[in-house]
Amino acid sequence: MPSIIFIHPDGRRQQIEASVDESAMQAATRHDLSGILAECGGNAMCATCHVYVDEGWLARLPTMGGDEDALLDGAAAERQANSRLSCQIRLAADLDGLVLSLPDRQT
Amino acid sequence: MSATSRTDHVASAQGAPAGVPSLDVDPFSAEFFEDPHPIHQVLREAGPLVWLDKWGVYGVARYAEVHAVLNDPLTFCSSRGVGLSDFAKEKPWRPQSIILEADPPAHTRTRAVLAQVLSPTAMKGVREHFTAMAAAKVDELLARRSFDAVADLAEAYPLSVFPDAMGLKQEGRENLLPYASLVFNAFGPPNQLRQEAIERSAPHQAYVAAQCQRENLAPGGFGACIHARADAGDITADEAPLLVRSLLSAGLDTTVNGIGAAIYCLARFPDQLARLRGDPTLARNAFEEAIRYESPVQTFFRTTTREVELAGHRIGEGEKVLMFLGAANRDPRRWENPDSYDVTRRTSGHVGFGSGIHMCVGQLLARVEGEVMLAAIARKVAAIEITGPVKRRYNNTLRGLESLPITISPA
Ligand code: HEM
Ligand code: FES
Repeated sequence: MPSIIFIHPDGRRQQIEASVDESAMQAATRHDLSGILAECGGNAMCATCHVYVDEGWLARLPTMGGDEDALLDGAAAERQANSRLSCQIRLAADLDGLVLSLPDRQT
Repeated sequence: MSATSRTDHVASAQGAPAGVPSLDVDPFSAEFFEDPHPIHQVLREAGPLVWLDKWGVYGVARYAEVHAVLNDPLTFCSSRGVGLSDFAKEKPWRPQSIILEADPPAHTRTRAVLAQVLSPTAMKGVREHFTAMAAAKVDELLARRSFDAVADLAEAYPLSVFPDAMGLKQEGRENLLPYASLVFNAFGPPNQLRQEAIERSAPHQAYVAAQCQRENLAPGGFGACIHARADAGDITADEAPLLVRSLLSAGLDTTVNGIGAAIYCLARFPDQLARLRGDPTLARNAFEEAIRYESPVQTFFRTTTREVELAGHRIGEGEKVLMFLGAANRDPRRWENPDSYDVTRRTSGHVGFGSGIHMCVGQLLARVEGEVMLAAIARKVAAIEITGPVKRRYNNTLRGLESLPITISPA
């Protein structure tokens, strides 16, 4: 059971238990985490599940697809080098402890 | 289409397959259009897979199966039509859509073009103007106080922004809603709604075909952006007009019924209007929840490309499967208090815009329209009262109203 630590824009840290094979977005919405909207339900079509990945974890994530890359350009909060869509981060045992920061807005 | 091909289809179906509950329900009837929810419940409770005897097709009405079918496009294909008509057996009533009625890999290429034209970045370009137009519309309606929320708001607002955003000429726009109504009726069975719509379609089809051409689309609009992608080599010059047609077919009547659904919800549930007024940032979710709650697009079909097992039943190749999006959106297996409209609900995962590779490519545009209209209402309107008979509009696919007389008072 990997756990994820979300850091809210006000600095608050929230740890949630996730399951292997769900996405970080699914884990977040399942725990009713504020700050992830996921309007398209994980289809990589809305960019409202934007997160900033803690630098140490970035290289360990699955690589970014073209859809995700294009969508991130239009995300509501500023795109940064560590921006990802959380619906495209599939969780695995080796991602236990993943740290994701939430942007100040998703729309 | 010919009467014989339809007879063949029904005859070849030979009743319900063993073990699959057979139901005598017509989802394309006045009874269903008036109130689909009791029928949805019957469909959901009968089993995960049902057989609809009237049309000789399978049906899925529970969230899990609707979601599964939507997300297996290679088995449950769209290229044989997303209506009852099977394009492998019948000629489509109009040239087939190259996005909605296409499968990968063909779909992947056309989809990428529309996804870029309607991207989050593109939405930033229209948002400010759409917001100003929504505020102006609500001010105008507040001055009148009493009006029909369908014609004067749900239709008038999208008509004041979408055709301009596409880059359409002024003349002939009165064809847009009849054309869309035709398209959505045509997904249904050969009932009176479909037949009459097709019989009367010639002028609307001619209008739309002409507006899809490059010379009729103003620079900077979504239409011109599609043609520009033909110059870039992403699609051919013949494909561009067909993709413009997709937006003209699916981009107006859907948001009309989406905004209409939201207004009807806020009029019926004053406590939810009060919450929205208390926090206008809920506007976007209030619109999304109206899409879940009313499901303006009620149904779509798929066709099996091979023998497949679904919910423990074997379905043969070439069978039509009807997905009840509206029933999935109120499945108690998936949603808490599914029959209540709750502007604070976590709506993520609803299938009102579909799911998977065909999930609505215009969803971002629909949300901008819905959000800015509900935000204007949240800030300016204190109360909405229904003041006359509410009338349903009958369409084989779209759920919405013909008339909603209301009186609003200023905040
Ligand atoms: C509230 C408004 C809307 C609703 C409820 C809605 C609903 C849907 C649904 C359920 C689908 C999936 C079809 C399928 O799986 O076979 C879809 C697809 C589509 N929608 Fe929408 N839609 C809306 C607004 C729009 C707008 C504003 C546009 C264009 C500007 C649009 C264009 C399309 C297109 C082109 C497709 C086909 C996508 C594909 O096959 O990849 N829709 N829509
Ligand atoms: S949930 Fe829509 S892009 Fe991730």
